[in-house]
Amino acid sequence: MSTLYALLFIAATITLVVGVGMKIRQYYKTPAPLKIATTPAPTTPSGVVLRIFREVVFFESLFKGSKWTWIFSWMFHFALLLVILRHFRYFIDPVWLPIQLIQPFGMYAGFAMVIGLGGLLARRILVDRVRYISAPSDYLMLILLLLIALSGLMMTFVVHTDIVAVKDFFNNLFTFGWGPLPMDFLLLLHIGLVIVLMIIFPFSKLLHAPGIFFSPSRNQVDNPREQRHLAPWAEALEKQDKPGN
Amino acid sequence: MAKAEFGVPELTQYVEVPAIKEGAMAHLKPFVVNNPDHNTDLGFPGELIDDWQTKAVEKLGDLCSRYRSLRVYLDSCVKCGSCTDKCHYFLGTADPKNMPVGRQDLLRKVYRRYFTLAGKYFPKLVGAEDLTRETLDEWYSYYHQCSQCRRCSVFCPYGIDTAEISMAAREILDSIGYGQKYCNEIIAKVHKVGNNLGLPGPAIANTLEGLEEDVWDDAEVHVRFPLDVEGAEVLLVTPSADFFAEPHVDGLIGYGKVFHEAGVSWTLSTTASEAGNFGMFIGSYENMRRVALRVRKAALELKVKRIVFGECGHAWRVAYAFLNTLAGPFDFLDPNYPVPQHICEFTWDEMQKGTLEFDKSENDDKVLTFHDSCNVARATRMGDLPGGQFEIPRNVIKAVCNHYVDMHHETIGERTFCCGGGGGLLTDDLMELRVKGALPRMTALKNAMDEYGVTHMAAICAICKSQFTKTLPYYGMDMDQIVSVHQLVSNAIVLNRKTPPPEWAEEEDEEDE
Repeated sequence: MSTLYALLFIAATITLVVGVGMKIRQYYKTPAPLKIATTPAPTTPSGVVLRIFREVVFFESLFKGSKWTWIFSWMFHFALLLVILRHFRYFIDPVWLPIQLIQPFGMYAGFAMVIGLGGLLARRILVDRVRYISAPSDYLMLILLLLIALSGLMMTFVVHTDIVAVKDFFNNLFTFGWGPLPMDFLLLLHIGLVIVLMIIFPFSKLLHAPGIFFSPSRNQVDNPREQRHLAPWAEALEKQDKPGN
Repeated sequence: MAKAEFGVPELTQYVEVPAIKEGAMAHLKPFVVNNPDHNTDLGFPGELIDDWQTKAVEKLGDLCSRYRSLRVYLDSCVKCGSCTDKCHYFLGTADPKNMPVGRQDLLRKVYRRYFTLAGKYFPKLVGAEDLTRETLDEWYSYYHQCSQCRRCSVFCPYGIDTAEISMAAREILDSIGYGQKYCNEIIAKVHKVGNNLGLPGPAIANTLEGLEEDVWDDAEVHVRFPLDVEGAEVLLVTPSADFFAEPHVDGLIGYGKVFHEAGVSWTLSTTASEAGNFGMFIGSYENMRRVALRVRKAALELKVKRIVFGECGHAWRVAYAFLNTLAGPFDFLDPNYPVPQHICEFTWDEMQKGTLEFDKSENDDKVLTFHDSCNVARATRMGDLPGGQFEIPRNVIKAVCNHYVDMHHETIGERTFCCGGGGGLLTDDLMELRVKGALPRMTALKNAMDEYGVTHMAAICAICKSQFTKTLPYYGMDMDQIVSVHQLVSNAIVLNRKTPPPEWAEEEDEEDE
C-alpha cells in the first residue's frame, strides 16, 4: 500500500508539473493579435503588474461582481494558501521560521476553508442562475476539496496519525526511497484525494490559476496608439496589398 | 407608445435580477445571408457547406491557436456566477443562455468535447457535447444576442470577455457559410462603396452642401463641410449615419463648426466615409483589416497630417485599439498628435487652448445626462489618463451646457449598460431583443428624469443614437430625448470667424431681390 501511494504520488506530481507546464507553454506561445485590455486600464507595465496583483491577491473584479461569492472564495483561497504553507513542515527539515510562525493560523485556516467551500457549494445549489451553469464536475470539485479539508481537520483535531512517520515517508520519497506510510484510513483518504486533485489540475477548470496571468483583458498595457502591436501571424498579412508600402 | 408584438418590460425603480426562464429567447434569430455574394465578397462560402461539422471544429481549433484570449477564456471559467446578472440581455429577457457564462458555454461545451482530455473521455461529467445541428443553430441565435459590450468582462475574476467568444463563434459560423445578413451585407457595401449605407460620393457631396446651406441660413457664416480636399490638415472619419440620420447629423454640424472656429482645415473622404468597422462584429481580422486600410489609403491620398474619428462607439474601439495594428504605422502623420484622435479629444483640446467661445444658455432648455457607450467605456481611452473616456466627453458637455447630472453610478463609467443595439444587432429583425436589452439603460434614464428632471441624454455613438431613437418610444419616452454631444456643442458655439458669403448664397440673394 505504501509503495502504491508512493508511486501514485510521484505520478501525480509529474502530471501536475508537466501538465501545467505544458499549458503555460501553450498560453505563452499563443499570440494575442489585438489590444483588448478591459479599460480603464494601466498605461504602463508596472501598472499592469499592480492590476494583476490586485486580481490575484484581492480578487478585485470578483469583488465588484458578487460580494457573497467574493467572501466565500477569498476565504477559501487564502485559507488554502495558509494550509499549504503549513504543510511544508511535513516535507522540510529543519522547518523554516516563517512556516513555524504560521503554524497556529494554518491549523485553524482549515475551518475557514470548509466554511468558504460550504458557502460556494450552497450558492451553487441555491442560486438558480449558478445552478443552471453547473456541471457535475463543478459540484464534485467542491466536494473533493471539502473532503480533503475535513479529513485533514479530523487528523489535526480528532484522530491523530503518526505524523513523524508521514514526514519520513515523504522525505524518503524525495530521495526515491520507499518508507512505510501509517495505515490510517483518514490519512490514506486525505493523501489519496490530494493525489486526485493534483492529477486533474491540468485538465480542469483549475487552470484558472495560470489562466489569470495570461488573460489579455487584464495583462495588457493600454498603449495601442503609442506602440504598434503585431502578432506574428498578422505580420504575414503586412506583405499583402498595403497602401504606402 | 410604439406598438410591439412582444411584451415590453415595465419600468420600475430598480432592475430586478429575473428568475431564469429557459428558452425565453430561443425563437429569435436574425436573418441569414440570402445573397451568397455577401458571403463570398468577404471571403466566406456562399451558403452552409456540407461538411460544416468537421470544418467548424477545425476552425475552432485554428482560432484557439491564433487567439490567446479564446484559448485562455475557454479553459479558465470556474462557473462562479459573478457575470450571471450583468448582461443587459439577460436582465431584459431572463433567458439563461443570455447570461454571459451561459452564452460562452454554448461554445465551451464543444471546445471541451473536441479539445480537452476530460471532454473526450468524460463528456457528461464536465458538460461537454458534440457539435450538432441544434447546437449550431443555438450558436447562430445566441451569439447574435450579444452586443460585445464587455460589461461581463469587468466583473469576471479572470477578465473573461464574452465579446471575444461571440466574435470567434461568428467567425466560425461565417467560415462554414452561415453568416448574418445584416453584418455581412454592410461589410460587402463598405468593401464596394466605402460606407455602411452604400452612399455614393455624389450623394455625400450633396448632403454636405445642404449642411453648408443650413448653417448659412441659420448663422450667416459659411462653415465648410469639405469632401476629398487634398492637403487638408485633418481627415475626419465619421459614421455614415452622421450624413443623414437624426440626431447624428446635428453632431456632424457640430464637428464642422468646431473645425471652423479652431481654424483647422479638414476634410471627409468618399472612400473612407465610414468610421464603423463591422469586421470586428464578425470577429474577422482579415475583413477588419481590409476596412481599416481604407482609412490609411485615404490619409495618404489626401496628404493629411492628422486623423480624427467622429462620434461612434465600436468604431472608436477599432480606431483607438486596433487601427495602429491593422493599418499602421502612421509615421507619415504629424507625430505631435495621437493617431487617431477622437473628436471629443479634439474639441476638448481646443476648449483648453481657448480658441472656442460658447453661449451655454443656448442649451438652457435641457437638463442633460450622458450615456457612456459600451465600447468607448470598456475598450478605449481618450486623453493621457486611464478613465479619460469618461472625463473628456463630460467635460465637453459641461463646457456647453448649464444643467448636467449623471445617471446612477452603477450604470455609468466602466459599469455602463449597452444601449441594446451594438455589435451588429441594430437590425429590425432583432427588435424584440433590442427593446428588452435597453431595459437597464431606460430604467436609469427614467430614474434620472424623475429625480433630477433630466430631459435629454447625450451619446457619442451612432448605434446608441439610432437604437435609443427606436427604443425610447417603446418605454413611453420621446425619441428626441437622445442627442449628439456635438449637437450640444453646435447649439452653444459662437461663430466668431466671419466669412465672405458663398457664391450660391449671393445668387440666392440676387434671386430674392
